Amino acid sequence: MDAVISQTFAGLSLGSVLLLAALGLALTFGQMGVINMAHGEFMMAGAYTAFAVQKVVSDAGLSLLVSLLIGFLVGGLLGLLLEVTLISRMYTRPLDTLLVTFGVALVLQQLARDIFGAPNVDVRAPAWLSGAVPILGVDVPKTRVFILGLSIACVVALSLVLKLTPLGRRIRATVQNRDLAETSGISTRATDRLTFFIGSGVAGIAGVALTLLGSIGPTLGTNYIVDAFLVVVVGGIGQLKGAVIAAFALGLLQATIEYSSTASIAKVLVFVVIVAFLQVRPQGIVSVRTRSLA
Amino acid sequence: MSGLWRNPTARLWVGVAIAAVVLFVVAPGTLSVFRLNLLAKFLCLAMVAVGIGLAWGRGGMLTLGQGVFFGLGGYMMAMHLKLADAGPGGVPDFMSLYGDGTVPGWWEPFRSPVFTIVAIVVLPTLIAALLGLAVFTRRVRGAYFAILSQALAAAFAILLIGQQKVTGGTNGLNGFQGFFGFALSDPANKQMLYFIAAGTLLVMVLLVRLLYRSRYGELLVAVRDQENRVRFLGYNPALVKAAAFAVAACFASIGGALFVPIVGIISPADVGVVPSIVFLVGVAIGGRATLLGPVLGAIAVSWAESSLSESFPSFWTYFQGGLFIVVVAFLPGGLASLGQVWRKRRAVEAPPDDEADDPAAVVAEPEPSTSGRSA
Repeated sequence: MDAVISQTFAGLSLGSVLLLAALGLALTFGQMGVINMAHGEFMMAGAYTAFAVQKVVSDAGLSLLVSLLIGFLVGGLLGLLLEVTLISRMYTRPLDTLLVTFGVALVLQQLARDIFGAPNVDVRAPAWLSGAVPILGVDVPKTRVFILGLSIACVVALSLVLKLTPLGRRIRATVQNRDLAETSGISTRATDRLTFFIGSGVAGIAGVALTLLGSIGPTLGTNYIVDAFLVVVVGGIGQLKGAVIAAFALGLLQATIEYSSTASIAKVLVFVVIVAFLQVRPQGIVSVRTRSLA
Repeated sequence: MSGLWRNPTARLWVGVAIAAVVLFVVAPGTLSVFRLNLLAKFLCLAMVAVGIGLAWGRGGMLTLGQGVFFGLGGYMMAMHLKLADAGPGGVPDFMSLYGDGTVPGWWEPFRSPVFTIVAIVVLPTLIAALLGLAVFTRRVRGAYFAILSQALAAAFAILLIGQQKVTGGTNGLNGFQGFFGFALSDPANKQMLYFIAAGTLLVMVLLVRLLYRSRYGELLVAVRDQENRVRFLGYNPALVKAAAFAVAACFASIGGALFVPIVGIISPADVGVVPSIVFLVGVAIGGRATLLGPVLGAIAVSWAESSLSESFPSFWTYFQGGLFIVVVAFLPGGLASLGQVWRKRRAVEAPPDDEADDPAAVVAEPEPSTSGRSA
């Protein structure tokens, strides 16, 4: 029984990390249809922000909270810069956007290597996150619980913004019918920029959270980008709900298979399951019905 | 002279003759053994590029997983070379190092050179055909296909690293002594490998040209530009796409198989997510939809990499990233389209000339995104 609970929690924890990494993509790829391969590097930028902030603010607890805020801004501003300079020119060529942003990712990685050095660096976790808490008789590291909470908080905040605020209404209107939104007086260009800012900002937050799990390096983003895209594809584009379900499902699946075999076999089997799943539901878990040709 | 230039068949044979002279006479005559071996390596990478040109340039399938097929071919060849080095019934050195010193059952068939060569050609082609049929039939395409193929590359590399006992892990397979009985240390045999690579690449380019000129080639371009219209006309776009994907996989596998004896190592670092995308740089620069663009682009990029990254490793990464950004964003047709861009500019100033371009060579805008903008 303990094994089941601890594996379940390992899966939920993995799922929450996947969710944090994929949440920004659910906005930029899911809502706007932009394939941003540099999303992982925005996470990396967030992680290095936490590292840099800790150089200034020595109290680990305070620096974590400050980093979450600044990480959001750093990721968001990088995203904004990318949107304005490159992506805005390429909305009609989604596949080419993928390659261009991959080029941006290469440059950002090398930039991090030149600024912070190639070896990994560590960010100290605050004292109140060290140790473990017993949940249902199983000791769970506090950092894992924190990340789970953070990912849920981000989802709630994002869905509230999308559902309740005027900005969210503009975003949804633009996604559903760009021309009609434009005619109704919404500046779709400004909406695009803001959506991209928020999505990339969430990547920054994810990066800060990842510093709690281990040391960080210039290739941090590449480790997560493929999985994050898979989460969005499996979840189905257009709604955050799909990404949430997919992230936790994939996390639990990975943890379960890992328990009975190895991590590498688990990865491969998860991929097989995803391909099989897309055979059944090519549009993902949650799909928005449209009349356009599939 | 201009009459000869306008005749496609004559142009083809002139091109073949020039390529043959450059590849078989000029290069071996002027380059040192080391440089020639380097060129042979670039030719192997160019084979992958030819396949990508077919699948991506003509078929519109952005495949980010060619490293998988390159790796399949490479690893199968490496397995055979390892077993051949160990002798009949022998065990490759790394297996006794990491494992229990026994050869796993699925390695055994690769003792046979004939089986190995057949497997290198057939197995990746079959895998790509089945995978392609499965996903294309369900109309998984565009960005989704790109992401899936990328995940395939990630899973493949992870699998190779995880199964160190049978794949050599991160170190990969290396330290080969011979190639089908020829000692790899002998410069004459290195030259022979170069000739094999050059000949294979030439055959591949001719095959692809044949495809481009055929009905199938027209159909492939049609599927790229208007898949639904092709479907309404009664064709099955999934079959058309899967075929191109399979041919691309076959070329990548052969490229990988020749890469192994030429370079002397194959490891997960050659087949993962990043190398799979990097294959695309050369293709994009040369001109993805043209016949020779991918080949020349791949050779040029590999050459630039090996000469620049030795002296300025950090600069090379910036340069590579910059190439991706500039070429794809501002020159989607690649360098091959420079002439066209130039002609268009001139045509705006001067009255338009009615010389029709090969319609297939123009890179069309890939299909609009399935969400958002086009809805």
